[in-house]
Amino acid sequence: MKELKILAVVVFFTLLTYFLVEPYAHSQMHKHVESEGFAYKDLPELTKTGDAAKGQELIMSAGCAGCHSIDAANMPAPMDGVMAAQSYGVNPPDLSNAGAIYEAKFLADLIKNPAHALKVEHKYTPESGKMHPMVPFYGMGGDLDQEVADIVAYLRSIAVKPEEVTPAMAFENACGRCHSVGYENWTQLGTKPKFKHKKDSLAYDIKVMEYQDSLKAYMGKLPPDLSMYYRSRSEHFLSTFIENPQSQLAGTAMPRVGVTAESAEKVIEYLADSADTKRHERHQIGLYVMAFMFIFAIFAVLWKKQVWRDLH
Amino acid sequence: MAHFTKATSVKDWLNQRLAVETVEKVMASEYWIPKNINFLWAMGMILAVTFTLLTISGIFLLMYYQPHVDHAFYSVNFTIMREVDFGWLWRHIHGVAASVVFLVIYIHMFTGIYYGSYKKGREMIWISGMLLFVTFSAEAFSGYMLPWGQMSYWAGMVITNIFSLGSLHLDGLVEWIRGDYVPAQAFLNRFFMLHVFLLPLVIMGLIGLHFAALRIPHVNNQDGEEIDFEEESKKYLADDTKNSKVMRFANDFLSKDLMVVGFFLIFFFYLVFWHYSFALDPVNFDPADGLKTPAHIYPEWYFLWSYEILRPFPVDIGLIAFGFAQVIFMLLPWLDRSENTVPANRRGKFAIWFWVMLVDMVVLTAMGKLPPEGIFSTIGLVASLLFIAMWIILPFITKNEKKA
Repeated sequence: MKELKILAVVVFFTLLTYFLVEPYAHSQMHKHVESEGFAYKDLPELTKTGDAAKGQELIMSAGCAGCHSIDAANMPAPMDGVMAAQSYGVNPPDLSNAGAIYEAKFLADLIKNPAHALKVEHKYTPESGKMHPMVPFYGMGGDLDQEVADIVAYLRSIAVKPEEVTPAMAFENACGRCHSVGYENWTQLGTKPKFKHKKDSLAYDIKVMEYQDSLKAYMGKLPPDLSMYYRSRSEHFLSTFIENPQSQLAGTAMPRVGVTAESAEKVIEYLADSADTKRHERHQIGLYVMAFMFIFAIFAVLWKKQVWRDLH
Repeated sequence: MAHFTKATSVKDWLNQRLAVETVEKVMASEYWIPKNINFLWAMGMILAVTFTLLTISGIFLLMYYQPHVDHAFYSVNFTIMREVDFGWLWRHIHGVAASVVFLVIYIHMFTGIYYGSYKKGREMIWISGMLLFVTFSAEAFSGYMLPWGQMSYWAGMVITNIFSLGSLHLDGLVEWIRGDYVPAQAFLNRFFMLHVFLLPLVIMGLIGLHFAALRIPHVNNQDGEEIDFEEESKKYLADDTKNSKVMRFANDFLSKDLMVVGFFLIFFFYLVFWHYSFALDPVNFDPADGLKTPAHIYPEWYFLWSYEILRPFPVDIGLIAFGFAQVIFMLLPWLDRSENTVPANRRGKFAIWFWVMLVDMVVLTAMGKLPPEGIFSTIGLVASLLFIAMWIILPFITKNEKKA
């Protein structure tokens, strides 16, 4: 009984110190940001029901394909990634799966007013003289909201089903044109292929560096490699940061990417695969080790009892 | 030369050459331990087990770690964590054990203080233990440098800056320690050598000294009772094990040691598999960047209390207070002037001193991590002053203590 009391005292002071040093200190050091549930409440709701067939025509006539590729519709990119970045600062995304990865109302707002949807209006003020590289869609003469709804409906119709979006797809679309993930072999130009000859490998690296130079000029600095971000930032931080970068880092050049809640989870899973690759193996082996330790402890107790029987 | 006969068994063969029976008696079967001790006395065994885990996991990490500023972070976070089979397990064992070992050291230390185990002939146990604490601190710090993350770099910068000794501006000394103007390759190589070779060697030597220091005064007990080990062991050997006040180390106390170790390992492996991150600071998963200071620089939790004693004062006074905090525990056997070796709860004012000291160190630990602003600065300053004052009054409150 006395030993249990002593144990309680030890446990109490251990937990108290832990609480103060970990959760409490971190709550004081970092701004707490509540998740908004990926609701994007600041964006207007879609009021119109879109027609995918009309959307397809609109995409053709509005000139979207002048910058964007749509692989799913056999529309190739007008120029390669490096050249596109030299023209726009960053390579415009392929739109094949945009309808599955991004929230519909985010896409609608993005088409009408990119800097607003991306929350980078602070960067593209009239005083700065800068224009967002994506040209807003002003409409083809009909009801603008209806036309936008049609385009969104088209994008959703060609995209894979939301449940078919893989972590790598979500990451590539939402983050992968600005961020590299070295540990996954991901560069801003895609997964670096395995080359037989060193000179080909170096040539690829040079292309990446050229791309990065444009990106650096566009963003102000090179966006960081995210290989270890799952470990160096908490999941909560990553999630709220993806949802709204301004809430964690006011004034940042990183745009709001507008992913759905499911896609955000997949992005985080991709980051976990990069930084905490062995987590499934760890949990599995952990169970075995714990089972072993419990049995060990039980035998240790029995042995102690046997040895001590003659001592008292 | 000694006379050797044909051996009757392997043990006999060894006994003639290595005196294994004598060794066994001295180390285990006739190493006498008082009966009235509780599980806190098993902390030494837990430390031995944890140190073994650290050494073994360290050896495996050493096979793949690259002590180079360009490769160190990658070798730890990519090669060991992803490429090497079970590299993640060795790393998590190493990282968690490095933190947990300090928790157990602190429990071990405060147990010693509570029961007065540093007094009356046991001074060498205390001193060798404190030397172990200091060496473990250096070992932990040098190890923290090796992954070459953001906190490795900046903690290395801050801690080595301490050696400029404030107004003395011994910048030359700091550069000599670093081997460069900032932490760089020479710095990493040095701390690598210290961490994997010199300091573990010193620790092993000190563990030997710590054990040897126990041999003559014997281990203390829960009531501070003076036991005639000679007399009591005779009773035990005459089969009167029930009335003897002592027991063998092996298997008697060892069985309890092992039981406590068993419970400890459940806690330990729970941390390794499900809560490894408590021991690994997230900031250190960003690669070292000499051009970007982290928003908050703080040491690992076990150094926070002494860091906080440094922080709230002007530089020079802070350094003196910090130096004071580093050596003062070593002097405890002489600052405690009382003859009593009984538990603190039977020593009047000392009991208050003990609990205030414990709480004060928890407060200092908490404040050491919090940003030094507003109320936290004030609390930190008060707690630091209290820490110093407590040590100054200790001789006075213990001098006139009645015999318990």
